[in-house]
Amino acid sequence: MEENTHIPENDGEGRRDFLKKIGIFAGVGVAAAAGAVYVASDYEERKHPEGKKVRVLTADGQLVEVPESELQKIEQEELDIEDEMQRRGREGIPGKSWVMVIDLAKCRNARMCIAACQAAHQLRPDQYHINTLVMKDSEHSAPYYMPKPCYHCDNPPCVKVCPVNATFKRQDGIVLIDNLRCIGCRFCVAACPYSARIFNWFEPRDSEKYKDQPYDVELNVPQKKGTISKCLFSADRLRKGELPYCVSSCPNGVYWFGDMNEDVVVNGTTKEAVRFSQLIKDNGGYTYLEELGTKPRVFYLPPKNRIFPAPGEEQTASHS
Amino acid sequence: MEKKLSLEESRQRLTQIEDDLIRPLKSHKGLEIWVLFLLLMLTLGFYAYYLQLRDGLGVTALRDYVQWGMYISNFVFFVATSLIGMLITSVLGLLRIPWITPLTRIAETIALAFAMFAGIVIIIDMGRPDRFPYLFLHGRLQSPILWDVTVVTTYVIISLLLLFIPMIPDAAILRRRMQNSPKWQQAVYKFLSANWVAAPEQYALIKKSIRVLAILIIPTALAIHTVTSWLFASTLRVGWDSTIFGPYFVSGAFVSGVAAVIIAMYFFRTNYKLHNYITEAHFNRMGQLLVLMCFIYLYFNLNEYFVPAYKMRKAEGHHLEALFTGNWAVMFWATQLGGLVIPMLLLIFKPFRKPLPALIISIFVLVGAWFKRLLIVVPTQQHPYLPIQNVPQNFITYKPTGVEIMLTSLPMVGVLIVITIIAKLFPIVPIWETAHEQGIDESVIK
Repeated sequence: MEENTHIPENDGEGRRDFLKKIGIFAGVGVAAAAGAVYVASDYEERKHPEGKKVRVLTADGQLVEVPESELQKIEQEELDIEDEMQRRGREGIPGKSWVMVIDLAKCRNARMCIAACQAAHQLRPDQYHINTLVMKDSEHSAPYYMPKPCYHCDNPPCVKVCPVNATFKRQDGIVLIDNLRCIGCRFCVAACPYSARIFNWFEPRDSEKYKDQPYDVELNVPQKKGTISKCLFSADRLRKGELPYCVSSCPNGVYWFGDMNEDVVVNGTTKEAVRFSQLIKDNGGYTYLEELGTKPRVFYLPPKNRIFPAPGEEQTASHS
Repeated sequence: MEKKLSLEESRQRLTQIEDDLIRPLKSHKGLEIWVLFLLLMLTLGFYAYYLQLRDGLGVTALRDYVQWGMYISNFVFFVATSLIGMLITSVLGLLRIPWITPLTRIAETIALAFAMFAGIVIIIDMGRPDRFPYLFLHGRLQSPILWDVTVVTTYVIISLLLLFIPMIPDAAILRRRMQNSPKWQQAVYKFLSANWVAAPEQYALIKKSIRVLAILIIPTALAIHTVTSWLFASTLRVGWDSTIFGPYFVSGAFVSGVAAVIIAMYFFRTNYKLHNYITEAHFNRMGQLLVLMCFIYLYFNLNEYFVPAYKMRKAEGHHLEALFTGNWAVMFWATQLGGLVIPMLLLIFKPFRKPLPALIISIFVLVGAWFKRLLIVVPTQQHPYLPIQNVPQNFITYKPTGVEIMLTSLPMVGVLIVITIIAKLFPIVPIWETAHEQGIDESVIK
């Protein structure tokens, strides 16, 4: 994404810093889990002579020097990848406050966000982490398409009711699900007023194929029968410094994604970076059903000055 | 209480009571067929559960929108019906209402059986029942499910004590009277009689224990059903997002509980030939109690449905339309009228409080109570704030599958098994309390 991003020179430190940090995360994130093993084994193979010191990257990203004779290769079994993914998955990415802006004026129901999402999360065609709905607010208002992911509420009703801490709110604002913990009571589905959550009623798609894959809490794969799934803001991609699956696959520039702390959002299609607050201010951005007090992290820009035709009358949404 | 009896009269009458109440424990006519039926249902239920474990909860009609269905309705129904123990033994008992004596054990048995299986119903509904221990290992106190687990467990324990502590003197009598029974059965009586010798200190202790338990069970019973209502009321969904759900559920609980006790009374009176103990006067009283409970529940129904219906706020309007005139209308009106209003009106008239009419009306009330729970649980989920789109039709409608129906009846079979076992091992009408009430001196009863 870096190579396509246009950053005007006079845009200040904020945006560049944001992108730089995304870049650093790509490095640190990947290195953190496997870094120690990799460096250690690499050095051992090279067989440095007499008591030489080597530099290794620790799991928390610090560069340290140790005598080479002290180095020991960690067996794969000892380093439980799943545990490490759980640890960092529950912790989140420090200093970030992820936010999504959806421009309803630009959505023409291409549904490529849905396809990319379902592919990444091993979902069946009728399982949605993100779904594009045809909305019609009242009898005389115009219909429009509305992509609906999880809103990653700051006052999440789903997290409140979970009896076993299987769904949780991270420091970077993302609401995740731990399918190694979920007991399948579905209270969170009942509690979510936005119908954002789905359940694995059957053996998940291709579960046989993925059964030996370690569970990644940030991607929620492999999906597990009898547990919950939902949109994760593509936490795995954010760790690598990439935009979420839906955001980067949209052909129409509907999605903006970024960090509220940096006040920057990047358009998934054009890679243009703008100030989040300015975008919301200029376009009358809002959150859906904010009167419920859930404090969503997904903002909508109203469907004004549409560049594509509105949904046909025959497809008109019914609130039934 | 009648006039003081002479020692000889007392002994004679006690023997008569013992004979009457213990006789059903000795004759097992028709029991084999009943047990066979229960075992068959049990087998079918276990097979259904095997299918659900193998293929996932998808063997039910539950999908991402209607994702709580018959199982959760069943859970609410079970918790509701179990509250009757608290109403009869505790509330009426503490008020010293004299006519409840022969009904307390029936009520406590029903309470215990339904409360025990309420927990099983929840496990049936879980996607990952193997992770049930996580509730204790990783439990989070802010989740109403944790509150529910805590209070239901407490209620089961108190109900167990309220069933078996008043049974101590009876167990001692049974030990004496049932010497031809199998060894294990005698061992059970011996254990439960807890060295009872009918000493005055023992009577004092047992009465005090019952009193303490009767007080303790009131907040616990209120808590279990209030917390159960909060499983719904703590969400933001129309139809559930209601401030009166606690008392609404509790008042509804007493309706189904009283109906269940009347049905059990009729069954035991006829099959166990207890006409002298469970009399027409008892049906009359219980019928009156049911009228009162129906009336209170109707009052809450008016508040719950007609106040929002007066306003017809957008999302709530869709929900209420579906209930009043839409696809749920037949079930809604059949339940409200056939299971609540008409039974209440009929029971106001004395002829309908005779045993047989009271039984028939109670069956309507109990069946209605079950469907009422379904009406509370399911339709709400068909009317979320955001439209249901791009999903198969069966995500929107809810037509329970055979497996689901079998698994809904499994815990009901369980309840019947528990009631059958208790009613076959112990007199369903307490001997010592009945004797005491008939003026037989406590020292004679042992």
